[in-house]
Amino acid sequence: MLLTVSTTHTPARDLGYLLHKHPDRVQQFTQSFGTATVFYPEATDERCTAALLLEVDPVRLARRRERTPDFSLAQYVNDRAYAASSLLGVALADVFSTARSGRCDSRQELADGPIPLEIVVPVLPCRGGPERAHRVFEPLGWQVVAEPIALDEGFPEWGESRYVSLRLTGTLRLADTLNQLHVLLPVLDDSKHYWQGSDEVDKLLRSGGSWLVGHPEREWITRRYLGRRGALARVALTRLAELGDDTEETLEPPDDEEAAQPEEARVPLNRQRHEAVLAVLRELQAARVIDLGCGTGSFLRALMDDPSFTGVAGVDVSASSLEIAARRLRLDRMGDRQRSRVELFQGALTYRDRRFEGYDAAVLMEVVEHVDPPRLPALVDVVFGHARPGAVVVTTPNVEYNVRYEGLEGPRHPDHRFEWTRAEFATWCHDVASAQGYDVELRGIGDDDPELGSPTQLAVFRHV
Amino acid sequence: MSEIAIPRLGLVLLVGVSGSGKSTFARQHFAPFEVVSSDYCRGLVSNDETDQAATADAFDVLHYIVGTRLRRGLMTVVDATNVQRPARAALVKVAREHDVLVDAIVLDVPDTLAVERNETRPDRDFGAHVVRRQARELRTSMGQMRREGFRRVHVLRGVDEIGSATVVREPSWNDRRDLTGPFDVFGDVHGCASELRTLLGELGWELELDGDGRAVGARHPEGRTALFVGDLVDRGPDTPGVLRLVMGMVAAGTALSVSGNHEAKLVRALKGAKVQVSHGLEASLAQLAEEPEPFRDEALLFMDGLISHYVLDGGALVVAHAGLKEAYHGRASGRVRAFALYGDTTGETDEYGLPVRYPWARDYRGRAMVVYGHTPVPSAEWVNNTICLDTGVVFGGELTALRYPEREIVSVPAEREWYAPVRPLVPAPASREPSVLDHDDVGGRQFVETAYAGRVKVPEENAAAALEVMSRFAVDPRWLVYLPPTMSPAAASTLDGFLEHPSSAFDEYAADGVESVVCEEKHMGSRAIVVLCRDEDVAARRFGISGEGAGVVYTRTGRAFFQGPTGAALVERAREAFAPLFASLGSDWVVVDCELLPWSAKAMGLIRDQYAAVGAASRVVLPAASSLLAAAAARGLDVSGLAERTARRTADAAAYRAAYAAYCRPTSGLDGVTLAPFQVLACEGRTPAVEEGHLWHLDLLGGLDHPLLTPTRHVVVDLASATSRDAAVDWWSSFTAAGGEGTVVKPASPANGRVQPGLKVRGREYLRIIYGPDYTGSLDLLRHRTLGKKKGLALREHALGVEALTRFVAGEPLWRVHQAVFGVLALESEPVDPRL
Repeated sequence: MLLTVSTTHTPARDLGYLLHKHPDRVQQFTQSFGTATVFYPEATDERCTAALLLEVDPVRLARRRERTPDFSLAQYVNDRAYAASSLLGVALADVFSTARSGRCDSRQELADGPIPLEIVVPVLPCRGGPERAHRVFEPLGWQVVAEPIALDEGFPEWGESRYVSLRLTGTLRLADTLNQLHVLLPVLDDSKHYWQGSDEVDKLLRSGGSWLVGHPEREWITRRYLGRRGALARVALTRLAELGDDTEETLEPPDDEEAAQPEEARVPLNRQRHEAVLAVLRELQAARVIDLGCGTGSFLRALMDDPSFTGVAGVDVSASSLEIAARRLRLDRMGDRQRSRVELFQGALTYRDRRFEGYDAAVLMEVVEHVDPPRLPALVDVVFGHARPGAVVVTTPNVEYNVRYEGLEGPRHPDHRFEWTRAEFATWCHDVASAQGYDVELRGIGDDDPELGSPTQLAVFRHV
Repeated sequence: MSEIAIPRLGLVLLVGVSGSGKSTFARQHFAPFEVVSSDYCRGLVSNDETDQAATADAFDVLHYIVGTRLRRGLMTVVDATNVQRPARAALVKVAREHDVLVDAIVLDVPDTLAVERNETRPDRDFGAHVVRRQARELRTSMGQMRREGFRRVHVLRGVDEIGSATVVREPSWNDRRDLTGPFDVFGDVHGCASELRTLLGELGWELELDGDGRAVGARHPEGRTALFVGDLVDRGPDTPGVLRLVMGMVAAGTALSVSGNHEAKLVRALKGAKVQVSHGLEASLAQLAEEPEPFRDEALLFMDGLISHYVLDGGALVVAHAGLKEAYHGRASGRVRAFALYGDTTGETDEYGLPVRYPWARDYRGRAMVVYGHTPVPSAEWVNNTICLDTGVVFGGELTALRYPEREIVSVPAEREWYAPVRPLVPAPASREPSVLDHDDVGGRQFVETAYAGRVKVPEENAAAALEVMSRFAVDPRWLVYLPPTMSPAAASTLDGFLEHPSSAFDEYAADGVESVVCEEKHMGSRAIVVLCRDEDVAARRFGISGEGAGVVYTRTGRAFFQGPTGAALVERAREAFAPLFASLGSDWVVVDCELLPWSAKAMGLIRDQYAAVGAASRVVLPAASSLLAAAAARGLDVSGLAERTARRTADAAAYRAAYAAYCRPTSGLDGVTLAPFQVLACEGRTPAVEEGHLWHLDLLGGLDHPLLTPTRHVVVDLASATSRDAAVDWWSSFTAAGGEGTVVKPASPANGRVQPGLKVRGREYLRIIYGPDYTGSLDLLRHRTLGKKKGLALREHALGVEALTRFVAGEPLWRVHQAVFGVLALESEPVDPRL
């Protein structure tokens, strides 16, 4: 992986002083994951370029990490040796640590002021493409050239890769430039597999370098950086993904409903849905409620906030979603009395489960559409036939309403196996109700379009 | 000398004052673990056997231990004074909860002797008044105890009687595990004597006739025993005829019968109780009234003596009229009898006024086969190793018998409708139970018994990951009869430039005593399990799946290949391609192990995200680095080492890109997609996966000719012949050099459970996409790889996969098949070096 820093400041060879690396020497720095070399392909008084080349041997890198194993193939076949990833960010911080601090005893004035600079990163991982690179670097005062890199020239139909070739030009302070790269390389990298934790970047983010404070993308940068997941919890799932020739992303638990919709539509609808279901549960006078498919627990929190729900259970098939739910509910800090009200456990809605029994109401909020249609009868058997709660509240998208979402093509969430029209949902509900001994009442959630109905459909089943 | 008979499965309370010799008696007559002592439990919870303050906690523990042992079917003796009625009542309740009989043995010794004994024991520092109080309580108890729910109260008076007593254990009436069959089990007869005689004849029984030509017994020349599930009587034309025949068989020891609810009611009616005369009882009463009184008396005695269920054949077979859940097998209590006679009634009635019964068989997970009748069904069908044989002969249906252990069903039609049914016989359900799987079948830590690797443990955390993938993505579990196991590579090669080489696999198998192996081409695509039926009717009958097509093609994680119409079209093409197998295998369905090609058809997301991305990054960055290094060199800087390494990595990256690109072909829908079959896993009545050698499979599959199919090239190697080995190495070298992935080496004929079912040997170039583009520069390190864990998993997963197939072929319940399949997926999530 490679990065160059050039200047046309006169005399340009002063770059050597600023970087604390002599332009006529080739210097090597051993890193825990490989070797960094600094050399100058050009060093005249008109233009001087320092290159940082990091050689990473993934085989040796992986061997070194055997104590904290990440048993996925991506650990071995990956872009670490080629792309400007978080590892380069770490090497850069280490090799140019003095320069980054802005100290330069022989040329302090130069170090304190902006100079004309050009940064080239031939291969920068940048999900979101050139557009993202512009949004991140331009507010910092850079002129940005970001060229997309084709995935495979032999297969032009595959399109672009997630990499861009990046060239930044501008007049900035060198120390700021290095700090920016140190933070932004890992942020843009967005790899699920981190090989290098860097507390230092955390610190920097928290203290918020002056350049970051005013950055319009500050929120995104911080979220992206802090939102990195611990890989270990996901290893088992990752392995199964690879085994099935799937990518890990395709196995991600459905988190945000209506992920394919703009935030403006998504957030209020989600809130409306919670409120509508809560109102139904109160109307049913349900005291013990089980949320089947609770995901990361946002609805559980709403249930816990109302003391009239004396027993609250959350079930999800995703162990990692449940972990997040437990954290969100602060289960470990709950008092005994509160804690005894709530229960979280892993379960699948196509397997009968004694733990589902004994509730006044079960909630299936935006769940049925994540089940393959041939498996729906199994879900009906498990929930209605076997668990047999006093009431079942089901919500699901109304596909007719999708035309109201601008730019939405296909389903509202990539994991939706189907989306029903009002007539289809009604048929299913009535079939289930009559076969299972329930009465059913259909309603809508969200604004009621005279032609298309509401964005979300709601059914309330009551045990006869 | 008194002989005390206690129940073989039950609870025994020793009753006596402190110092009466209970512990000594217990030691003499029972094994150490059989005796649970209150003193010991007191010690457990307080470190002091005499700490009276700990008594309540001690008895909590005691009741828990007793309850657990009884649940597990172990006879248990309680060594406590038990002189107070509440103490005994609590223990009787525990016995009742576990539906076992309870006896009491009273040790009655003079107070003075007990006091004397206590004085000599250092740990008994309480006064004589305690013993005297206990003695008073005991004397009060003696009169009451017979009414406290004990089967028997045995009283031993005085030291001599206690010392000379012996204890024998009686099996319960229902315990006939000593009878091992073979059996013919008959469904509800309901007075249809003629059909019964016909069916006995069909099954090879010889009738014994009396002087009037009436059947009064039957005997099978092969010594089979008949079992009747009850409801011999009522509704039909000749209840006395049926009774005469069955009573004769039972008396002669050629048959056993359990009681049905109709016998129970007829007995009450004959005894003069007020019962509602309905549901065919009137027919029996009228017919019996015609019979001479001695026969009526004999019939009443016979029916009154029928017990409600039998446990037979070492516990493998249970017969009860209305079935029996596992917790009740071999137990005796009112509710066990009620379940056996009437089923698991919910207390509700249906629109015909008949009781609604809970479908207990759907939840049944026991190992014993349960055979029953009671509820008329259109035809006898297996549900979780249980079967109902009441096919409604009296309503004009059939009389059905089950041959055990053959599991063969034999029926004769009714001669006519003898009695109009209240409720029409339920027509065959359009589709079967959508799901009979329970979280307990797969969740938590599981142990799966396999024929090839014994008990295989499935750890809880692996099961959790598998549950997520299985429930969100896998096809209907009824299709999912197999998942392929992982496979270990051969040991690392020491040959220069190679990490893997066929010679390692040959050496390994030779060391295992294998003489001949098959090297099969390892296709680089996506593993595909192909399940095909001749038509949708077969899918419904054999797999229980209706309206979802006549087959499925799924991945290593149980996910369907292609969604919607493309997936359906693939199944149709596969059915066409594999159609000749239906005839050659004599089966309406077949499961075939294949590779779906090309890799890019399924794995495009993975290729784009991972493999091609690495290719793209290396393609751009390495030349950029080289030109900068050239510029530096031109300035006179010494960067030669770095430049050389960069040049080598450039070449490696190009080779890497070529390696993955070889497995990518543009496909559109199914155009360009092929299947490379290499093993027939299962078909009706057979599991070729374990029964046949690999050449049989390859020959059979090689005989298929269809554009969908890609043949699997292979060579046979005689491990003793250097020439044969060399030829195979040449074969491997040439096709891996041409972009082939590698080979799988398998023992030519089925080997035992400790030999690896296959070892993979991958090509030098292919391994770049596994170990990284530059792996050839790190062979020194990479050769140190540990295969033990991978090989262990390969054997266990193989055993589970084969177990699933054999269970499916044997017609075992869905949950048993699914448990093994689920185990494979769970073990696949085990962390192990993914490059292996």
